[in-house]
Amino acid sequence: MKPPATPLAFRVPWTLIVFLAALSVPWIGSRYETFLGTQIAIDALFAVSLNLLLGTTGLVSFGHVAYFGIGAYVCGILMKTYGMPFAVALPAAALGAAVFALVFGFFCVRLTRIYFAMLTLAFSQIVWAICFKWNDVTGGDQGLPDVPYPDISWMSAIPGLDHLRVADRFYVLTLIVVCLSLAAVRRIIASPFGRMLTAIRENPERAAFVGVDVRSYELAAFVVAGSFAGIAGALFGIFNRGVFADYVYWPKSAEVMIMTILGGIDYFWGPVVGAATLVLLNQEITSYTEYWPLVLGIILLVLLFAFPGGIVGGIAGGLARLNRRMGRRADA
Amino acid sequence: MIEPSFLFGQFLGGLTTAMFLFLIASGLSLVFGVMRVLNFAHGSFYMIGAYLAWQVVQWVAPAPGNFWLAVVAAALGVALLGGVVERLLLRHLYGREELYQLLFTYALVLILGDAAKAIWGTRQLSVSRPPLLSGGIELLGSTLPTYNLFIMLVGPAIAIAVWLLLTRSTAGRMVRAAALDREMLGALGANVGAIYTGMFVVSSFLAGLSGALVTPIESIVPGMDVEIIVEAFIVVVIGGLGSFWGTFWGSMIYGQVLSFGILIFPSFSIFSVFALMAVILIVRPWGLFGRPLR
Repeated sequence: MKPPATPLAFRVPWTLIVFLAALSVPWIGSRYETFLGTQIAIDALFAVSLNLLLGTTGLVSFGHVAYFGIGAYVCGILMKTYGMPFAVALPAAALGAAVFALVFGFFCVRLTRIYFAMLTLAFSQIVWAICFKWNDVTGGDQGLPDVPYPDISWMSAIPGLDHLRVADRFYVLTLIVVCLSLAAVRRIIASPFGRMLTAIRENPERAAFVGVDVRSYELAAFVVAGSFAGIAGALFGIFNRGVFADYVYWPKSAEVMIMTILGGIDYFWGPVVGAATLVLLNQEITSYTEYWPLVLGIILLVLLFAFPGGIVGGIAGGLARLNRRMGRRADA
Repeated sequence: MIEPSFLFGQFLGGLTTAMFLFLIASGLSLVFGVMRVLNFAHGSFYMIGAYLAWQVVQWVAPAPGNFWLAVVAAALGVALLGGVVERLLLRHLYGREELYQLLFTYALVLILGDAAKAIWGTRQLSVSRPPLLSGGIELLGSTLPTYNLFIMLVGPAIAIAVWLLLTRSTAGRMVRAAALDREMLGALGANVGAIYTGMFVVSSFLAGLSGALVTPIESIVPGMDVEIIVEAFIVVVIGGLGSFWGTFWGSMIYGQVLSFGILIFPSFSIFSVFALMAVILIVRPWGLFGRPLR
């Protein structure tokens, strides 16, 4: 039997095509489509950061929204209250989220499975309670409205970008930040460190037995995932023109988890597909009915019972079946 | 100097909160103890119980005695709903990872929350106290509504009833056996599936009952499901998931910490209970009265 030929689909530089297509939205699309694009990009980064825990390391974090929220607040406070530039506020947001992830994660990784999920949830609720009540710093239940856009006037020096609206320029900036972050996550997953995380997911006891310090690796994954969630949160605060305690409330953690699983946790691009699908569906459905949670619940049920591998898992399974059938036909 | 009667009033307030939460959280804890399912939808069952009670009161006209009819009908209605959910859906997820069970119950939260909105709207609804319990009594210088006193008695009464059921009856022994070793019990010829359905029905009944009983003191609004489930989670985590008496003491601690926390840190009392939950998870993840899993 000869080895199966590489299917055509894998030779096309999909990543580049998707990036260029996404980049072209402000020029060929409407203001509304740019708005959707920004939201998808941010949610995609958030979901990919969660999947570093969920899919890669096998840790079910039910409080990932805490680090998203911390990123949003750090960036929002620095830019609004202290008038810092975005170039300082964004790394600070990632760093702030990482510090909290380090402290909280230190305790969380000591627990397993359901207890891990509950402690992450407890910490995220602590963060929520602080954001909700600490009026002087976070604005309490009023939140932190009117976070300024970053100063992106330098973009007008670049030919082609000079006539863009400020929201469009922010979209371009978001897309660049998100793509660089995704590339970084991808490198991390493919690195020896990432391979070790996968080994831990597959069998933590065996990994520990061959001398891997499982807790330290899990903590490192938790911190990395938290800091990328922080970047996503920082972008979202600016995009949404404000930071509010709702960002940190626990149903948001469930929402990003649904995105991730909808796309498929076994694939790097799964969460991205999930985020895009959910954002587009949300826009489509909320224009017909106010009962979006009901629809989301039904989607989740269908997903759990019919497509546990998510959208990308389903497509990959279908392609594999198709390839096998083609292979058989070629053999005959 | 704070008046002793004021402190006693705070204590009574905490006790009422505690006994209410205990009624709700005991169902959550039972299902986790036996089935190892963390049921986010428990708060939704509670909310549906409240709405059903209101609905029944509307149907039968608010005459004396009808409140109790509504409470019973609501609890039974929610128990039925729980049974259907378990039989048709949840049952197929037992073999899967916890994550999928968690997400399933979260899907129920979304669906039931919107269904309640679609049926009963978003305005606040309320049920008047049953005339028999509408008064108040003086107790060491603070007035306690009779209804709250009733709740304080009903909480422990149900605790003892369920505890007896779980320790003294054959069915109870089966349930405890299912919690310890499900496969062994099945191999011995017991119908484990039926035990699981039964547990879920009892748990839903308790949720519906507490939802119906809360209607005279709190207004029925969308969002009460998400709010209560967080509180119930804190209670069972403090006491120990799956431990019945742990849930009891967890509720007591929660009620008092919330009640007195308000005096010490007025705006951070909610923070103090989350912090307590986190500390307990760090030091003793299985709670004050629970036993470690496996």
